[in-house]
Amino acid sequence: MTRKLMSVAVAAAMIAGPAAADLVFPDLSYRTGPYAAGGVPFSDGYQDYFTLVNERDGGIGGVKATVIECETGYNTEKGVECYEATKDKGALIYQPLSTGITYQLIPKVTADGIPLHTMGYGRTSAANGKVFSHVFNYPANYWNGASGVINHLLEENGGDLKGKKISLVYHNSAYGKEPIRTLEELSEKHGYELKLLPVDHPGQEQKSQWLQIRRDRPDYVVMWGWGVMNQVAVQEAANIRFPMENFIGVWWSGAEHDVAAAGAKANGYKAVTFHNVGDDFPVFDDMRKYVVDAGLAAGAGDNVGKVLYNRGMYAAMLAVEAAKTAQEMHDTGDITAAMMRDGMEALVIDEAKMSALGMPNFGPTFNVSCENHGGLGLVGVTQWDADNQTWSLISDFKPTDGEVIGALVNEDSTAFASENGIEERCN
Amino acid sequence: MFYREAGDFKTSYVADGQTFPIRFDRMRYYAVLAVAFGVIPFFITDYWANAILLPFLIYGIAAIGLNILVGYCGQVSLGTGGFMAVGAYGCYKLMTAFPEVSMIVHVLLSGGITAAVCVLFGLPSLRIKGFYLAVATLAAQFFLVWLFNRVPWFYNYSASGQISAPERHVMGVVITGPNAPAWATYLFCLLFLTGCALVARNLTRGTVGRSWMAIRDMDIAAEIIGVNPMKAKMTAFAVSGFFIGIAGALFFSVYLGAVEVGEAFGIQKSFLVLFMVIIGGLGSIFGSFAGAAFLVLLPVILKVVGVDVLGWPTDIVAHFQLVVVGALIVFFLIVEPHGLAQMWRVTKEKLRLWPFPH
Repeated sequence: MTRKLMSVAVAAAMIAGPAAADLVFPDLSYRTGPYAAGGVPFSDGYQDYFTLVNERDGGIGGVKATVIECETGYNTEKGVECYEATKDKGALIYQPLSTGITYQLIPKVTADGIPLHTMGYGRTSAANGKVFSHVFNYPANYWNGASGVINHLLEENGGDLKGKKISLVYHNSAYGKEPIRTLEELSEKHGYELKLLPVDHPGQEQKSQWLQIRRDRPDYVVMWGWGVMNQVAVQEAANIRFPMENFIGVWWSGAEHDVAAAGAKANGYKAVTFHNVGDDFPVFDDMRKYVVDAGLAAGAGDNVGKVLYNRGMYAAMLAVEAAKTAQEMHDTGDITAAMMRDGMEALVIDEAKMSALGMPNFGPTFNVSCENHGGLGLVGVTQWDADNQTWSLISDFKPTDGEVIGALVNEDSTAFASENGIEERCN
Repeated sequence: MFYREAGDFKTSYVADGQTFPIRFDRMRYYAVLAVAFGVIPFFITDYWANAILLPFLIYGIAAIGLNILVGYCGQVSLGTGGFMAVGAYGCYKLMTAFPEVSMIVHVLLSGGITAAVCVLFGLPSLRIKGFYLAVATLAAQFFLVWLFNRVPWFYNYSASGQISAPERHVMGVVITGPNAPAWATYLFCLLFLTGCALVARNLTRGTVGRSWMAIRDMDIAAEIIGVNPMKAKMTAFAVSGFFIGIAGALFFSVYLGAVEVGEAFGIQKSFLVLFMVIIGGLGSIFGSFAGAAFLVLLPVILKVVGVDVLGWPTDIVAHFQLVVVGALIVFFLIVEPHGLAQMWRVTKEKLRLWPFPH
């Protein structure tokens, strides 16, 4: 056994080569397992955008970007292995696309001084930059999503949800439980009745939950699902003939593959979002020219323009812009993880910047500050058109209930700070 | 030539009854301990600790625990994941309720809590056996995971239902949390593994272990010759639960730092540990180590070779891993149904005669 360990040691020592002089962006992806359907397009978009920047602009500020991919399978143990394997290779930022892995990494990245960007997932209260120095979740978080859903329903009902029944179908994990507090607070404020229906991992079995919905006859169903759970839920909703326009998912439950399986019956299903959908943006012309047609696309190259591809691309775009900001701030091309963090904290995304990148109105405008790592939390709504097989934005990016969310963020982050003995920054 | 008893005389019963009666074996054992305690801590890196050694040590403890139940006492259990969760949540509640107490105490206490829970779920074993018992323990697995998901008291009413290990010390050295040095976490787990292995080895050589094995081999015959089946089975469940609880507590507090019960302690964890025991060898302490090493190291080696050396796409390597690990399991079980430990035993027999086999 010692011999086995020794030979592994030798092999690993040979492999752990010197760190490249490029800017390193690890991609903790998952292309296998029950969540791969969402992981593949996101990772493709994330990698393709860095390839585009390298090919078209010659890198970020003249320095090439390198992506190191590591397969996590949405599994926290493998996520830790991936983090440890990549952190010494000059990693600038981590985006694990998993709430479970995010919870593992929050203390680790803070100790190692590497920023963590959890866009629309992870620990919501990380929006409080006073407590979480290295964690960012701009442009929107789960609680913005929950409030965005309720705001949309308020709009549809003329500002009054009193006596309405809303059921939440959620993935029974840290991820799915996140919106519950917010939805409960909002139910007190707006007077709707909230019912909770947990679905266990991986979510293929939902018969009893939908039977419950059939019995309760809620006015609206809200879903916090991911992976195979989404398809099953949409199919079940179609089976009990639940009106699709009253079924609304979070942004992780609103991609093509989630609704395509249910066919025409899924028409009208909605989801909230924090970025635009479709491929009608100038950036995609460049993407086709420099990346896809040049044969450099990640994966099979067939995901361009899909909802989650756009999200991966958007995540990469925000990372690149933060890196550019950091390069300007510190007047050097070769930035470190600490400089990257400063760049993220000073990031400004406005319409002019997005237009210049060929992505006009691709996401909400926002700016990050020392106190606020969560952006403005603007949320839009998309709807599925089964005939044309497209998602389209039906509501612009609108503000969410900052009063309720701010109080909850403060409460949760203060509890975290006192548990871990963290002193508030930015004073 | 090297590995032989000839000339190795014993002059006392103590010397004759020791764990490693062959001198070469004993020296090798001391050498492994010396390297593990005296050399590795000086060279260990974060990657080695967190990706390879900690999971190996912790799964080693869990495998020893399950081996006592399945390998020595013959009681099939599919509840390992659930029992590890008991250890983890016990440790979390203790850590947050008594922050000033040493982590060693917390880990031992959570082992004790798990032992009690394990005995409770072991009660059906007095009436049922084999597949039926497996189903009963499967119920424990699902019930415990459901319980930790359902009752907010267990996760201190946190919004997400996750538990996160706060920073805790042992004699002034940080053991849990992100600032814990790699050598400290490694030594902490190694200490528990060594302790557990010693206790398990000596228990299985003594009266208790012999009564377990009697029950395993034929429970009716064992009862007739005077082995109390209730005592034997309950002690097996208790000792097994104690070790598995320790493994669960370390898994959560030292290794992962934050845990979500359904993901970390689901049914696949029960199967993983059971596979370790079966591949390593039922009824063998060394087999528990070998099985844990096999299932922890092999995926990492395959990943390093596939992705870093050969440069294959990560998804191909991840799928390939499943194929290779599965094929190796089938291969080993066909070639040597008694696991890696039996292979080791056969090798030792051959070595004793080498180089003059006739």
